[in-house]
Amino acid sequence: MAMLEVRGVHTYYGNIHALKGVSLYVAKGEVVALIGGNGAGKTTLLNTISGILKPREGTIWLEGERCDSVPPHDIVRMGIAQCPEGRRVFSRMSVRENLEMGAYIRADREGIERDIEHVYDLFPVLRERRKQVSGTLSGGEQQMLAMGRALMASPRIILLDEPSMGLAPMLVETIFDIVREINQRGTTVLLVEQNARMALTVAHRGYVIETGNIALEGPAAELLENPRVKEIYLGENPAPPA
Amino acid sequence: MASDAQVPAKRFINLERLVRPALAVLVAAFVLWRLWDVVMVQKAYGGDTWVRFAISGLILGGVYAVIALGYTLVYGILFMINFAHGDVMMLGAFAGYFTLEAFKSTGVLDASLFSGILAVVAAFAVGMGSASLIAVNLERIAYRPLRTAPRLVPLISAIGASLVLQNAAQLMFGAARHTYANPAILDRNAGWQVMISGKPVLVSYTGVLTFVMSILLMVGLYVLVQRTKIGKAMRAVAEDKQAAALMGIDVNRVISSTFVISGALAGAAGVMWGLHMGIIYHYVGFLPGIKAFTAAVLGGIGNIPGAMLGGIALGVMEALGPAVLGLPFQLKDVLAFSILVLVLIFRPTGLLGEVLARKKA
Repeated sequence: MAMLEVRGVHTYYGNIHALKGVSLYVAKGEVVALIGGNGAGKTTLLNTISGILKPREGTIWLEGERCDSVPPHDIVRMGIAQCPEGRRVFSRMSVRENLEMGAYIRADREGIERDIEHVYDLFPVLRERRKQVSGTLSGGEQQMLAMGRALMASPRIILLDEPSMGLAPMLVETIFDIVREINQRGTTVLLVEQNARMALTVAHRGYVIETGNIALEGPAAELLENPRVKEIYLGENPAPPA
Repeated sequence: MASDAQVPAKRFINLERLVRPALAVLVAAFVLWRLWDVVMVQKAYGGDTWVRFAISGLILGGVYAVIALGYTLVYGILFMINFAHGDVMMLGAFAGYFTLEAFKSTGVLDASLFSGILAVVAAFAVGMGSASLIAVNLERIAYRPLRTAPRLVPLISAIGASLVLQNAAQLMFGAARHTYANPAILDRNAGWQVMISGKPVLVSYTGVLTFVMSILLMVGLYVLVQRTKIGKAMRAVAEDKQAAALMGIDVNRVISSTFVISGALAGAAGVMWGLHMGIIYHYVGFLPGIKAFTAAVLGGIGNIPGAMLGGIALGVMEALGPAVLGLPFQLKDVLAFSILVLVLIFRPTGLLGEVLARKKA
């Protein structure tokens, strides 16, 4: 049974048909990359999984439990955490308070303290800045905080929306190393990215989404070699000018 | 065309640059001149009178601050001014009034010291509880359906709700003024005598109770918002509702809790008002409500320490202002609202409105 399964999901913004029957699955322990251009529907899909948007058709399953049309705060309780696009840290709250908010659904004080320490181990810079108001962190630090905050829910699967967006190349590598580490510690990852090369390097499998449809899918190594992926998403072998 | 359109804009900016400092100088000069005239030349009031003004200002300011906190909490989360907040306070005052009446009619009110204290505690409990209930339902009925509407819409709904509450109170309780039945231990004319420059100044028990209670409520609220889980969730929802939902926070529940707290504060303010001022009626929430709104803007709307500071400052300015400026005391309301206008002109973010920006620098 898949950890997360999306079956034929259609999502609309008003009259705009944003997802046109998307199906994908993420197996337990996997890192799955979802790549696609601007407006392809990547964030829409994550927000549909997280319950912020309701699919008009189709179903979503978490380890055999149906989880579409569950309100977002209960989705987190079921074990799906999202690290949203653009970080969205609570900028007027301290680093530590942000992490506490990530653990909002939990009541095990000791477990929370232990996990805060884990996050500090994963991102040592956050330990240094734990009392700082998070609006004063740099972009990379905010990304780390957002990821740590999502981990604090101790989710079964974590949805990462464009973790590399707007970061310096060196930081991007760090972030992807950490994605790998999070996965090795036992969390399943669905990774949404525009940076297709990095995403497919980290992932086991990948999906390519174009205008609300899954256009391609397969093992990440194969997608990296796929001519269409190479041309459109990796910027290799550009088509000769007409 | 483009250059034509720019000319009036440019002229406006120059005017703006000229008018604001000029206005500032005028206001400052007027205040200084009156201050000099009243304090140094006329020597209009003795020390005891100044102390009396200051005391009544602090008491009033405490009440304003407690009400202002309700405005600021709701604004912080929903970005709307809950114009019905003053009327929630009025209904809280009535709930406390009926509690005390119940104690009085059963003869328990002054049976003993203990029963007197019990009556006051019960009045606060009932006043705060019913005001909370009203505030929560107000949000459910008048604001929640309009959550996604443009910002002006819930504002209009709030004004409507205010009118509904006032008229409902008038229908239920009549338009007559009701006198709060204080227990003997909290007689409005009783208090401690303090000698200031050879003259006695009365520090009333109700005044002390009101001031101490408002300080306790402010400290309590601050601790709640800073330290507790629900308080932190309120701050998270205030910043980013969607991100808060992604943390597993039930946004609607947090908004309801905010109205519970803001209603409880309004209810406490209403009971304090009744105990200290003595008279309540269906319209009693309007002026304190709008003054507290002024206080919240003065401190920086959405900012909790700002509402406390703004409330106390407004109360003191309102009590001392007419005397300091040598104006008739009937003009104290004009003074309070002039402060609102001046704040909006010179510092729209309020006194503490830019704390984050300063921390960032």
